[in-house]
Amino acid sequence: MAALELTNISKHFGAIQAVNDVSFSLDAGEVLGLMGDNGAGKSTLVKMIAGNFRPSSGAIALAGQEIVLHKPLDARRHGIEIVHQDLALCDNLTAAANVFLGRELRRGFGPVSILDYRSMYQHAGALFRELKSETRPRDLVRQMSGGQRQAVAIARTMLSKARIVLMDEPTAAISVRQVAEVLNHIRHLRDRGIAVILISHRMPDVFSVADRVVVMRRGRKVADKPIARSSPEEVTGLITGAIEMV
Amino acid sequence: MAVTLDQTIEQKQKTVWASILGHQTFWVLVAVILACIFLSFATDAFATSKNLYNITRNVTFVAIIALGMTLVIITGGIDLSVGSVLCLCSMILAVVMNAGYSIEVGIAASIATALAIGAFNGALIAYLGFPPFVVTLGMLSVARSLAMVASNNTVVFQFGPDHDKLLALGGGAWLFGIANPVLYMIVLALLTGFVLRWTRFGRYLFAIGGNEHAATLTGVPVKRIKVVVYMISALSAGIAGIIQTGWLGAVTTNIGAGMELQVIAAAVIGGANLAGGVGTALGALVGAALIEIIRNSLGLLGINAFWQGTFIGGATILAVLFDRIRNFRQSE
Repeated sequence: MAALELTNISKHFGAIQAVNDVSFSLDAGEVLGLMGDNGAGKSTLVKMIAGNFRPSSGAIALAGQEIVLHKPLDARRHGIEIVHQDLALCDNLTAAANVFLGRELRRGFGPVSILDYRSMYQHAGALFRELKSETRPRDLVRQMSGGQRQAVAIARTMLSKARIVLMDEPTAAISVRQVAEVLNHIRHLRDRGIAVILISHRMPDVFSVADRVVVMRRGRKVADKPIARSSPEEVTGLITGAIEMV
Repeated sequence: MAVTLDQTIEQKQKTVWASILGHQTFWVLVAVILACIFLSFATDAFATSKNLYNITRNVTFVAIIALGMTLVIITGGIDLSVGSVLCLCSMILAVVMNAGYSIEVGIAASIATALAIGAFNGALIAYLGFPPFVVTLGMLSVARSLAMVASNNTVVFQFGPDHDKLLALGGGAWLFGIANPVLYMIVLALLTGFVLRWTRFGRYLFAIGGNEHAATLTGVPVKRIKVVVYMISALSAGIAGIIQTGWLGAVTTNIGAGMELQVIAAAVIGGANLAGGVGTALGALVGAALIEIIRNSLGLLGINAFWQGTFIGGATILAVLFDRIRNFRQSE
């Protein structure tokens, strides 16, 4: 059974048809590269899966069960986690504080419950170790490299039992060495049996890590095929419209 | 020897000492202590118990409000209305007690007023997206005007049947000869420090100030917290107003005028960053102490009181200058 299944999803804002009748499915432990030019509808599509927008029509199902997402918190409750393009990190807080932001561990202390710093540091440290990232839980995010910041954002998705992780342009603004680090993080999520949707402009990243590629153009899905049976040239053609559809 | 990943992850970034030395609050505290030592030798009047009693008590009003202001500043906001809110809350207390009600009723009315004003400020800022500067600037004008309306712009100095209780509350010294206002300040500072360090609410204040968008995306109830933080700020002004009323024994409609600037200066000298995301309870106290010591010492050293503003303003700029220099060094 598919971990995530979209059926005939459409979204229009007034007269503008942002996403037009898109269907695809995604298995557990599969990495899907979602590609398309600016304005092709990738972000709108992902925002519907993340609970930011509700589809105008169509259905979203998780493990065969149809779900309705009213707000981002609903998506999180269903095990859908998002790594935002800007990572949504607070520079003035520690790595551990960012990992647990909005989900702080607390322990009872008389009538009040206080933050459980020790558990959060330990737990965050364990996640960074698992990601093989040299990120110290006590460091401020302000002092971190792009790759470490990515690790913090990705560790956040590993806190809960995530089933789907949506990654929005995770390699857009970081150095070459850090890109490799992030791609490893994605493989790591995949090995945990998590379904990953990777939105990216960067052809080499998608071809090195994704199992399948979906291309969108002007709100429509124009390709959906295993990465092994496609090529960067073909995908480029699909994105620009030089190739109509496959 | 090769450094393993585990060692890197477990390693603490700085020693405790290094992080203390990197803190603006620490250096302002050093300045306060040095100033005290200097003044004890330079003048006979400074280190007397009477003067120290006065200083500690004078510090409290600015310090208590600076605690509330620090929370607002941590979220990246500002509250310009505190001086007027102090005045209005004092006046409500005075008018209610003057009308023959008990001190409990007076204090309840005063605190309810503070919370209502804070909720109004906060709701406009959080839910309607008003800039904090504009809303609280408006409230600065409104609250003082309401105080004039409530009292018909008269001085109130008779507080009905509980007159003596109120004066004891603000002017007494119930514990070891420490002025009562100082005790309230210490309790409130400990409470604020605890909230900032150990509660989820405190953590969210820093998150909002650091990156409000990220806080929203990660499920932090940003709007609700903003309303609460402006309520706390107004409440701190209300509490200071109640204590100050008891201490002065009279309320006029010009008390607390211009106080918001002193309070903001205290918070900033103590290390709160107006850009948001940084601030401590201790810093608010230390900042307020430095301002009061400057004021007090100028008098004792026989320097014309007209110079006060220059020295306090200079201290504010200097404190932030140190912070800037440190940032420049870090970014290089």
